[in-house]
Amino acid sequence: MVDATAVLTRTDAEPRGTKPKRALSGRNIMIYGTLFVFSLYYLLPLWVMVMTSLKGMPEIRMGNIFAPPVEITFEPWVKAWSQACTGLNCDGLSRGFWNSVRILIPSVILSIVVASVNGYALTFWKFKGSDIFFTILIFGAFIPYQVMLYPIVILLREMGLYGSLWGLVLVHTIFGMPILTLLFRNYFSTIPEELFKAARVDGAGFWSIYAKILMPMSLPIFVVAIILQVTGIWNDFLFGVVYTKPDLYPMTVQLNNIVNSVQGVKEYNVNMAATLLTGLVPLFIYFVSGKLFVRGIAAGAVKG
Amino acid sequence: MAEARRVNRMWRNMNAKIAAIPMVLTTLVVFVGGTFWTVLYSFTDSKLLPRERFIGFDQYERLWSNSRWLTSIENLMIYGVLSLVFTISIGFLLAVAMDQKIRYEDTFRTIMLYPFALSFIVTGLVWQWILNPEFGIQSIVRSLGWETFTFNPLNDPKLVLYGLLIAGLWQGTGFVMCLMLAGLRGIDEDIWKAARVDGIPTWKTYLLIILPMMRPVFITTLVIVAAGIIKLYDLVVAQTSGGPGTASQVPAMYVYDYMFQAQNLGQGFAASTMMLLTVLIVLIPWAYLEFGGKKHG
Amino acid sequence: MTNSIEVKDLTLNFGSVSVLKNMNLNVAEGEFVVLLGPSGCGKSTLLNCLAGLLEITDGQIFIKGKNVTWAEPNERGIGMVFQSYALYPQMTVRGNLSFGLKNAKVPRDEIEKKVARAAEILQIGPLLDRKPAALSGGQRQRVAIGRALVRDVDVFLFDEPLSNLDAKLRSELRVEIKRLHAQLKNTMVYVTHDQIEALTLADRIAVMRGGIIQQLAAPQEIYNRPANLFVAGFIGSPSMNFLHGATIDGGQAFQLGDLKLALAGYEGGIVGARDKVILGLRPEHLVVQDGAEPGVTIPAMVELDEPMGADSLVWLQAAGTQMSVRVPVERRMAPGTKVHLKVDMSKASLFDAGSEVRI
Ligand SMILES: Nc1ncnc2c1ncn2[C@@H]1O[C@H](COP(=O)(O)OP(=O)(O)OP(=O)(O)O)[C@@H](O)[C@H]1O
Ligand SMILES: [Mg+2]
Repeated sequence: MVDATAVLTRTDAEPRGTKPKRALSGRNIMIYGTLFVFSLYYLLPLWVMVMTSLKGMPEIRMGNIFAPPVEITFEPWVKAWSQACTGLNCDGLSRGFWNSVRILIPSVILSIVVASVNGYALTFWKFKGSDIFFTILIFGAFIPYQVMLYPIVILLREMGLYGSLWGLVLVHTIFGMPILTLLFRNYFSTIPEELFKAARVDGAGFWSIYAKILMPMSLPIFVVAIILQVTGIWNDFLFGVVYTKPDLYPMTVQLNNIVNSVQGVKEYNVNMAATLLTGLVPLFIYFVSGKLFVRGIAAGAVKG
Repeated sequence: MAEARRVNRMWRNMNAKIAAIPMVLTTLVVFVGGTFWTVLYSFTDSKLLPRERFIGFDQYERLWSNSRWLTSIENLMIYGVLSLVFTISIGFLLAVAMDQKIRYEDTFRTIMLYPFALSFIVTGLVWQWILNPEFGIQSIVRSLGWETFTFNPLNDPKLVLYGLLIAGLWQGTGFVMCLMLAGLRGIDEDIWKAARVDGIPTWKTYLLIILPMMRPVFITTLVIVAAGIIKLYDLVVAQTSGGPGTASQVPAMYVYDYMFQAQNLGQGFAASTMMLLTVLIVLIPWAYLEFGGKKHG
Repeated sequence: MTNSIEVKDLTLNFGSVSVLKNMNLNVAEGEFVVLLGPSGCGKSTLLNCLAGLLEITDGQIFIKGKNVTWAEPNERGIGMVFQSYALYPQMTVRGNLSFGLKNAKVPRDEIEKKVARAAEILQIGPLLDRKPAALSGGQRQRVAIGRALVRDVDVFLFDEPLSNLDAKLRSELRVEIKRLHAQLKNTMVYVTHDQIEALTLADRIAVMRGGIIQQLAAPQEIYNRPANLFVAGFIGSPSMNFLHGATIDGGQAFQLGDLKLALAGYEGGIVGARDKVILGLRPEHLVVQDGAEPGVTIPAMVELDEPMGADSLVWLQAAGTQMSVRVPVERRMAPGTKVHLKVDMSKASLFDAGSEVRI
């Protein structure tokens, strides 16, 4: 895993294969043909989602899901946002969206603060046994969540946080810890130790070195961590189901409840609009962050 | 003197020790403690609430005679093997194609990787829609004139895993491609020059020289993908809800259902312990290969 | 004279590996001590212990008479300069210089004054508002020195401060450090690999090996009278020539095979008869001549001639081993030429082959 992060930063390097000589050589046709076919596979669902979400139900029933809408309507989007029904209520995805936002912000902040401090302590302030904790933490990333699901229910119940927003924030902080700690530790260990020593000679203590020296130097890795956590937490489903109550369900859970609810007539256009709405936040992050995203997911790979 | 020194040692780096408390608690209480707790209680007959009535391996016997669990395990194995083979081979193939000094490399990468940003719920729901027999691929091919064409994996117990696989590959191959591409670019440029000087054809260089050199990247990818497969849950929930019938059940779903729906905690604990065991079977050989030979300082 | 630094029985272990062993070291006030030794011998470790950056296993450290064994780095009255400069990249030069003072809660106007003074001493005034990335290597190291300077510390610790600079800058800054020391009269402990730096800067040099100080003495003393074989071989480039032989005639002469050299004039006085001794002769203390003088010269044959600018290094086969001699560069010698090397016994060193200690 450690390798994956290091290795991925090299994606930006130069390509290695031989330079094609003629534009239409057999080799070129094969390469571009392959890439083109696969691109269709990757793009198709996005296309279908967008097209379906812009059609009326009658048009969907008659036509072809790949065809662009004859008559564009935004009705499904409005409905998905504010009227779609889960099994329990009919106020659309907006509730889930705001829940997700309320979960996201504290979770991202808390998990990153805790993990970056861990990484910092593990790099520059090793204490007896600190490496053992780190090893367990990394192994923890591989333990199936199912194993720890119930013990955490008990812990949260004891703390009076079960079913609350802060309970879920805590869960995201815990499960984000291995990968983020690894990310920060790896980054901090590239910072020369002499810098840290100089700061100590200058009389800076634990927190002041962290806040005044390390943080300002490490902005890129904080950005990577934010990307990683925003997409990861936004896309979470399992923890949302297990640790919150229906009125606090995050967007993914609500989306699933809307689309897979058995009651009523299926409104595929609304479903697709809802699906797109849920995917919008991570897609936005993805398109804005570009190459940093690649680094982020490489680091997040262990999360599985 | 000695006493003062000991006190001094304890107070040194106090802030660092305080700062490490969340990590220490998480590792000890949640990761180690939680895991042991679950394993321990998998030997009880806990129902709605955990209780300490130990019944030996009964839960495991029940587990392994439950057809739903057996289906789950079988599904996971089939899905796992297929998914590993296809993600890694497609990922490598695409990476090699991307490595040919192509134009629009960034565009292609953006297209291949965006599904990875989406949640499994979104992925599952889109593909549920595309594979919908009334409106999706099947209906389109039929409307083109091929009236008897059938492609309805999500409603066919024999094919449902392939339906999941199409969606799973859609989401994950781009990422594996990125890992592989990075691996390819990490190989020393001189290897290529040497191969060219020796007159070895490009395809042969990839097959005989580059592929073996990429071993570490393959292993890392394998572990990452495998760890993800074992946790497979959201995708199935969204795309098939485990159906038709129990045809696409997976272990994670079994655990959730027994713990939080069927009020049979003991059974859920036993199933999750089995999941842990599976992970260890994947992880221990890898950890052994990766760290066993050389001692890390 | 008071001691500025006193190290008593200092021991430091990394796990089971002992890096510093029972070390004792006193540095007088205003003294410039250079730590010299092969890579990995514990020079940086010793410096880090003095700075309080490493927790020592055993022993005590006093700075200015105060026991600082358990004190934090900033409480010890030390400033430290590192090889990689270790400037805070996100801060300007001014920010770098004032960071320590701010941590010590020094009032603003006083910080200004101190920074201005340091900038003047080190001639970095015009750079104060730049970031380290916009400085040259030499300028960066000046700022790093300035960071120690502003804090008005009693002791400066340098860990190979000039190693990252090119040869020209290195000699410039070397002179500067010497000037600084003359001006400030602080105590300085300075780690280097560079013998020229050590010989030119030091009041005393401590030659270390394997965590033990082998010899602590003035540069000339170390050069002329190395305490043991290791110091003799380590100091000087090219290395001292060693001849393995015996002393005969009650210590009147050194014998190696047919070769016999009179020991009259040897500084160590009468050495007595010993079976196994090693005679050390520096390349610059041998004179090449055509004629033999019994008891004073060694017959030799030229193997290779390496002109090095000011002088030239000649490698010869003599007394059954390879020896090197420094000669004026005009004197070119063809391989195969037979010559004689005249020994100046007053500048030679004799070691016991068993204990390797100077006799
Ligand atoms: N944190 C550490 N843990 C274990 N061993 C260490 C550690 N730091 C240094 N050592 C060991 O201690 C010995 C002394 O190291 P030190 O850095 O003091 O050498 P040095 O004399 O400064 O060498 P150089 O000239 O290369 O800088 C080395 O053998 C090194 O491997
Ligand atoms: Mg060193």
